Amino acid sequence: MSEDNETIDEVQTLPLDAWHRGKGARMVPFAGYEMPIQYEGIVAEHNWTREQAGLFDVSHMGQLMVTGDKAAEELEKLLPGAIASLKPGRTRYSLLMAEDGGILDDLMVTNATPWIEADEEAGTEGHWGEPAYYLVVNGAMKWDDIAHLREHLDDDVTLTHMDEHALLALQGPNAATALNRVMRNVIDDMVFMDSVCHDFGEWPLRITRSGYTGEDGFEISLPAEHAETFCNRMCAEIEVRPIGLGARDSLRLEAGLPLYGHDITEETDPVSADLTFALTKKRREEGGWMGHEAVAKVFADGPAQKRVGLDIEGRLPAREGALVYSGDKQVGRVTSGGFSPTLQRPIAMAYIDTELTEEGTELEVEVRKKRLPAKVAPMPFVPHRYYRGK
Amino acid sequence: MARYFTDEHEWIDLEGDTATVGITDYAQGQLGDIVFVELPEVGTMVEKGKDAAVVESVKAASDVYAPLSGEVVEVNDGLEEDPALVNSSPEEDGWFFKMTVSDKSELEGLMDDKAYKSFCDEL
Repeated sequence: MSEDNETIDEVQTLPLDAWHRGKGARMVPFAGYEMPIQYEGIVAEHNWTREQAGLFDVSHMGQLMVTGDKAAEELEKLLPGAIASLKPGRTRYSLLMAEDGGILDDLMVTNATPWIEADEEAGTEGHWGEPAYYLVVNGAMKWDDIAHLREHLDDDVTLTHMDEHALLALQGPNAATALNRVMRNVIDDMVFMDSVCHDFGEWPLRITRSGYTGEDGFEISLPAEHAETFCNRMCAEIEVRPIGLGARDSLRLEAGLPLYGHDITEETDPVSADLTFALTKKRREEGGWMGHEAVAKVFADGPAQKRVGLDIEGRLPAREGALVYSGDKQVGRVTSGGFSPTLQRPIAMAYIDTELTEEGTELEVEVRKKRLPAKVAPMPFVPHRYYRGK
Repeated sequence: MARYFTDEHEWIDLEGDTATVGITDYAQGQLGDIVFVELPEVGTMVEKGKDAAVVESVKAASDVYAPLSGEVVEVNDGLEEDPALVNSSPEEDGWFFKMTVSDKSELEGLMDDKAYKSFCDEL
């Protein structure tokens, strides 16, 4: 792999480009790639995902593998989450931190350490193989993330960019039913944040019970050359339709999930971003990760502003950048907002002065010089339906 | 009654000195699901090519320009109740506003049905 050739000056196409166009997708440039924004329409696709199962192509995201005996230890220098205690086959949400406490990216980390079966002929017992951690990072940030990881990870640790893999997300209340049918019930035992490897035909798939819509669902990583066959197989199921990035955005907003580059950036820290769940208590206290000192200070002093949800009165959506007021005083800014198809009203995420972040606090949002009444609202706006076992 | 189209995808029905204005089927298709339409107030003087209304889709806000200069004399109140009319009936029930036409020479350069259709085919 030559990094020199991997610039993103031009908009590139992804493995499923022709497949999307064949399904009638409207393609737009996003994160350096042509991506499907919608097929039949954002609201219809949004509602289909909430009621059935939507298949999203998220192959623009970065898939990385970090391997080596010291992989967990090395990752813990850069991520504030507990990686060493993550069991094989389990996934965790984490953050890539900057020295000043800013968030370089948010990501999913999976302990992908393989189990090596016993070999009677060779006289070996079953055992865990070389530690391996599978990372999924944001598409727009992946090159920066790779550079950051290469710079800071010890040379004993190997970082592989799995750029010949596609990534799909199957999301919705019927995702498990459809995937179980295709995969012959192999995902039956999985709960939220479990990750397994399975063969589909002769191809190895990594299936993780996660996603970014608030629904039960799966992320499926597979060799790019088989992605089209797999998508056709999935879309042959009555519950499954292809869904574009437009609906992915409205779904994740309803689910109260932050979007990197908008709701979280290098300028925001995990405390202000209300992502302290990603900082396990022990690691938060012990430190030993990049940015710890700065984040510990925000913890101690309290953040100046916090990310909250806003319910907005009326039907006029407040978009990113809209200013939030309490009386005449500007007290915050919307970082993402839109019209919720599920709730049929506008919702937004905003950073607001901490003293005004209590639920129910009445504020105003300015949209085109009009002040709209808004209230600090609990998130998620639409309840999560992750599958945590029977 | 004559129907005209702009290259910004508005349509105009001209009857005497009064024009009814809306956005085309092509435009609503590009915008996607419309959730809110901000209309000008009756009595507003609008200028050809300047902002006159805003359409909010699930995705984004988009400006609608006045296709001609004149005074807004009526707005479609039905859009307040049901903005999706712009999606379901863009060139009839989903009209935006009616305006007087102060300068009919501004009609020059607008397209007829056939010209607009071939304009869209090339986009």
